[in-house]
Amino acid sequence: MTRKQRRLTLIGVAGCVLAVALGLVLYAMNDTIVFFNSPADIQSKSVQPGTRIRLGGLVKEGSVQRGADQQITFEVMDAEAVIKVNYKGLLPDLFREGQGVVAEGILESPSAFRADSVLAKHDENYMPREVADTLKKQGHWQGEANATPKTQ
Amino acid sequence: MLVEAGHFALALALGLSLIQFLVPLWGARANDPVLMAVAPASALAVFACIAFAFLALTFAYLSSDFSVLNVVQNSHSAKPLIYKISGVWGNHEGSMLLWVLILALFGAIVAISRNSIPMRLQANTLAVQAAVTIAFLLFILTTSNPFTRVVPAALEGQDLNPLLQDPGLAIHPPLLYIGYVGFSISFAFACAALIDGRIDAVWARIVRPWTLGAWAFLTLGIAMGSYWAYYELGWGGWWFWDPVENASLMPWLAGTALVHSTVVMEKRDALKVWTILLAILTFSLSLLGTFLVRSGVLTSVHSFAVDPERGTFILGILILFIGGSLALFAWRAPMLKQGGLFAPVSREGALVVNNLFLATACATVFIGTLYPLALEVLTGEKISVGAPFFNFTFLPLIVPLLLLLPLGQTLAWKRGNFLGTAQRLYTVFGLSLLATIVMFAATYGGPVAAPLGVGLGLYLVLGSINEIVTRSWSKGTPLAVAWRKARGLPRSAWGTAIAHAGVGLTVIGIAATAWGVEAIGSLKIGERLKGGDYEVRLERVIPRVEANYREEAAVLTVFGSGRELGTLETTKRLYVTRGMPTTEAGILTVGLGQVYASIGDAQPDGSIGVRLYHKPLVLLIWIGSLVMAAGGALSLTDRRLRIGAPVPAKAMPPAAIPAE
Repeated sequence: MTRKQRRLTLIGVAGCVLAVALGLVLYAMNDTIVFFNSPADIQSKSVQPGTRIRLGGLVKEGSVQRGADQQITFEVMDAEAVIKVNYKGLLPDLFREGQGVVAEGILESPSAFRADSVLAKHDENYMPREVADTLKKQGHWQGEANATPKTQ
Repeated sequence: MLVEAGHFALALALGLSLIQFLVPLWGARANDPVLMAVAPASALAVFACIAFAFLALTFAYLSSDFSVLNVVQNSHSAKPLIYKISGVWGNHEGSMLLWVLILALFGAIVAISRNSIPMRLQANTLAVQAAVTIAFLLFILTTSNPFTRVVPAALEGQDLNPLLQDPGLAIHPPLLYIGYVGFSISFAFACAALIDGRIDAVWARIVRPWTLGAWAFLTLGIAMGSYWAYYELGWGGWWFWDPVENASLMPWLAGTALVHSTVVMEKRDALKVWTILLAILTFSLSLLGTFLVRSGVLTSVHSFAVDPERGTFILGILILFIGGSLALFAWRAPMLKQGGLFAPVSREGALVVNNLFLATACATVFIGTLYPLALEVLTGEKISVGAPFFNFTFLPLIVPLLLLLPLGQTLAWKRGNFLGTAQRLYTVFGLSLLATIVMFAATYGGPVAAPLGVGLGLYLVLGSINEIVTRSWSKGTPLAVAWRKARGLPRSAWGTAIAHAGVGLTVIGIAATAWGVEAIGSLKIGERLKGGDYEVRLERVIPRVEANYREEAAVLTVFGSGRELGTLETTKRLYVTRGMPTTEAGILTVGLGQVYASIGDAQPDGSIGVRLYHKPLVLLIWIGSLVMAAGGALSLTDRRLRIGAPVPAKAMPPAAIPAE
């Protein structure tokens, strides 16, 4: 093989691998990406039932119901809308009524959601960023003041 | 007083770094040995100053000095000693201080290995290293000062984030940072070579141990972090494709490529420009990782800081160093003497393929990690790019690489014979295929990916063993001779084989997770929960009060195929100061697998929620990583790479001749 042929082989192989990678990335971008929506978004954007989304908002006070076998239902709300969430499993440590939550799963109807994972705040200082942003936008953000840890 | 002294030492280190940056750079330009000799001296002084500052902060933590803001925010007088120490780097300010401490430590090691590194290269390298130190010291002193006092002093601290109160997380950041920051040395050497406009196999030989060492530590750091997430977060997952994890995976992938490309450069004097670029990119990705984690642009456990001022500053550092080094590369790289080209089917060709796949895989991780951020900035749309994206893009790029690995490892340098090499691997390939078919039949109806993945891992392990065997034994050789031959193989050959076997073990562990089972149920005392072949019985729930938390511990007896295997304890803790609950998983190790249980909230009827997993062979994921790092460490002890034993360029005989 001449020097030129060798160089061409190298460039060719590199081009192939990069093309395959690019194809995979573009395909995956269409297929595997999950959008974040608040309950209000679902109505305003009319998200189709059957879509996989991340739902974020506040857990409505008094809405958490525990059934048999770790079946749990609760309602996620923002300023404008409420959606009922079904979930089977253990809730995270910092899951609380009245506080922020992000649930990932399938939207079953415009008002019902089946979650397969539920994320809550990681610690007392922190609310899921998407939830905090949404609440800020809707003017319901109460600031960090009541979330800072108490000093003894 | 000691705190102020620490603060002052940090400022002094900044001044000394300026000297370490400017004087040697000028000295190297003017070819003045006196000026160049300033580099090692000032590097040692900078290290001494930063080490003093770090000790001063550690002392403030140990003595619970609540007049220091950082201590108030992250410590508590009742905290166990180990977490008082690890609390020093369990927060934004302290971890940045650890970052520059390690940076300065590496500078100091370069400084004391003066006899083995050409003077000009050393001066330029330390100058570049100093530039990085300056940027980060400025960052600490202006936006993240750990020595800020608080008036009046607090009576008690606010405690460390409970998730971080764990032995795993006590050692995870130092390991990870040694890895991250270790690549700064390869970066500094690369920039120094560009400034000097000269690069040869000696350069590769000097840089390789640094890269290999950093790589081994990064491997350990990532494995440690993964094991921590596995047992501490209570979800039983070991890798979440979380942006923070990706931030450490990207430099690891690029670093792995760099470790391999320096071999080509050292042995065959080829791939020079690419190796330089890779060294720059690897450290750039380390900086990017620091930016992602430290600026608070991500939402994650690791983002302790949400502060736009800091974010902007680190972004500035990022742009300055990545932009600056790439500009230097664009300007100087064309002047470097190109190395030779080589035959596509050869060891060096295989290593190019390795680099190609690793770099591409790294790029897909990069896109998946940064695309959501970019999209949010540009359109405001919030998306999550999770495991499905990475499984879909990353795996198809890594699997072919792993399939080619044993082949590449067996190929000869210069001009390999593909068929001949494949023949040497027939047995290995056959055995792995057979094992895959047997596993597939035995678990028929189960996940298909598991036997394929375990078979692939087995193929890698056997391929590595085969490499050592074929190099020391052929038909008719007495075993004693073969043993002597095997022991006589260079340490780097053993290191390579061991590291690659480690990859195989990790692959087996990962693939076997598909065989895992999960069960969720509500248990009252005495009730049982079955998950696959294993079963647990809730024995009792014990309330306990410890120094800085109280907990309810559930004791579960584990049964496997009718026999009692032992007990495990999983707890729900409440850290009093922060009012923060955490779950501690209970783990019983059975062979290489684990029975893993965590508890949820108590139900109204008095039962508690229990999540049970059986994870076969899961330990292999981390054992494999340890083996990889051990392979890297063994390679480091190779006589050829030992710091202090390089051969000058003139004495390098025909390596520079391209393999035509």
